[in-house]
Amino acid sequence: MTTLAIENLNVAFATDDGTLHALKDVCFEVPSNRITGIVGESGCGKSTLINAILRLLAQNGRVTGGAIRFEGETDLLRLPPERMRALRGARISTVFQDPMGALNPVLSIGRQMVNVQYRSPLPQAEKETRAAEMLEQVRIPDARAALQRYPHQFSGGMKQRIAIAMALMMKPSLLIADEPTTALDATLEVATIELLQDLQKSIGCSVLFISHHLGVIAELCDEVVVMYAGEVVERGSVRQIFNRPRHPYTARLLECDLGRQAKRMRRLPVIAGDLPDLRARPEGCVFAPRCPHAEEQCARPQSERDMGDGHFARCILADATVLQ
Amino acid sequence: MSGDVVLSVADAQVAFPMGGFLRRASILGVAGVSFEIRRGETFALVGESGSGKTTLARAINGLQKISAGRIEFLGTRIDGLGARRMRPMRRRMAMMFQDPVGSLSPRMTVGDLVSEPFRIHRGVSADLRAQTRRLLSLVGLPEDFAARYPHQLSGGQARRIGVARAIALDPDLVIADEPTAGLDVSVQGEILNLLNDLREKMGLAMLIITHNLHVVRHIADSTAVMYLGRFVETGETQRVFAAPAHPYTAALLSANPEPDPDKARERISLPAEVPSLLARPRGCEFHPRCPWTQPRCAEQAPPTRADAERRVSCHFPLPPPPPHGRMPPTPIETGE
Repeated sequence: MTTLAIENLNVAFATDDGTLHALKDVCFEVPSNRITGIVGESGCGKSTLINAILRLLAQNGRVTGGAIRFEGETDLLRLPPERMRALRGARISTVFQDPMGALNPVLSIGRQMVNVQYRSPLPQAEKETRAAEMLEQVRIPDARAALQRYPHQFSGGMKQRIAIAMALMMKPSLLIADEPTTALDATLEVATIELLQDLQKSIGCSVLFISHHLGVIAELCDEVVVMYAGEVVERGSVRQIFNRPRHPYTARLLECDLGRQAKRMRRLPVIAGDLPDLRARPEGCVFAPRCPHAEEQCARPQSERDMGDGHFARCILADATVLQ
Repeated sequence: MSGDVVLSVADAQVAFPMGGFLRRASILGVAGVSFEIRRGETFALVGESGSGKTTLARAINGLQKISAGRIEFLGTRIDGLGARRMRPMRRRMAMMFQDPVGSLSPRMTVGDLVSEPFRIHRGVSADLRAQTRRLLSLVGLPEDFAARYPHQLSGGQARRIGVARAIALDPDLVIADEPTAGLDVSVQGEILNLLNDLREKMGLAMLIITHNLHVVRHIADSTAVMYLGRFVETGETQRVFAAPAHPYTAALLSANPEPDPDKARERISLPAEVPSLLARPRGCEFHPRCPWTQPRCAEQAPPTRADAERRVSCHFPLPPPPPHGRMPPTPIETGE
């Protein structure tokens, strides 16, 4: 079963200097009951993708093609606005990087946690009980009393856990988590991802987890999608991606992560060059200008190669073993 | 060898006044730390948010008064110097602040930003245009960047401008507060390689503040682990990473998510969060979170044990791990 299937999604923004193709032919699936990670660096289109799924693209953004199928059938792109609103927060919920931005500073935590259940027919007292239970699940000490308090009375790590509790309050089938641990210290980061793992299992939802931190992705995710310049360059299981990367970008990205370099190095690895200008996308492989293995045929459009077992890469070398 | 010492900090404390005017109280943001940095050396400060890393950097730079202890820079005592006498010192000590774009004025061009140090320190005569060209090429940016404004720069480029400003006046010490925070992994290497090249070329001493332990392991010669304003462990980086002696260091290292899905993870989990500086725990300040805490830890402040390569403040330091093994679960009892 797949909770979310993105099919050939294209998104463009109208800018003063022409049309910017932010997402090009994006395809991947978020299987039910799994955690799917999206890795990629700044400008790879992670945020545009989330906004497209939630149908919250900026005014100048437009989906120019493709479909986003949620729970089998519905194409989110074709839903009338009111049905989309009914899905947001109830069936699809989100956690963002900055927990303070997600919580209202002038309302108590309890009030906010009851408010998010506005679609539920339960009586008020019941909703409060559920809020307290949820806070307990995210390990907020003294949950009943915590309901009376305001966001500023909690530490950064606790605020993020409260934001997670609120997102999971309605037991959604898909949780989208956009860099939820980036603003936290390493000790809290680890605690937060362990908590997410537990909650995902107990609620039985799917998680789409966006991060640029490879360590967190390796630890948390079952499936990984690697994005570069608005394209999915490689996708597969976490072991396929980390142990047998088939796209040169994935391989270079992994090499650049100092956590994978056991030996101490004075000269640190980098990926030379810059992202291509998305207003004038190269016709061929989008990574070719920076790729150490680029060949003549890379100038032609590349399709996704299927290497079996759900491992795909958009590269002429996908079948070769150059990267191993 | 003391001639090589660029910066020496001894028992430095920073107190922040708290409360009303009748009940004067203060909290210690930095509670007595000592260390030295030599020419060509990279010294890293690590610890969780609120451990006092940035406060210490600000104290060294003179942006924050210290309430006790002393700070010597190039053999001169600099704590308590007035603004006028601090100024020539600051020329030799450059600071790179945390937020790369936020620390650049949005209304100045890159050329103005890079040559600003020469205008502030007027004693340095310079052909500003030539200096701008020289600095931009040193940090690997094309000359025409001089006409750009900060909002036209990527995060990595803004960092490079920060580096150019820091090294403009040929300093002896560079203090870099989170030099790679928020940078993509493919770019973080560029900035660290750049700093490292400049360190070698110019014989810089560097103080790097970061919570990215992977970065520390690769670039720092020495590392100090800070907790509630104190150094709980300091030493040669390789040794500290290979065999952390303080439980807090061990916990920090084990909390580092590793980009390897097959790695067996043995986490040392730290219960609760960092205590408030307003209510410092008695005895060893780490004991409420320490997985190996003993009755004595709650009563007595731990002694500092030191050998040539390491200092650690703990009643029961962890033994070195067995060869090819992982951390043993219990520390060695040290003789009473």
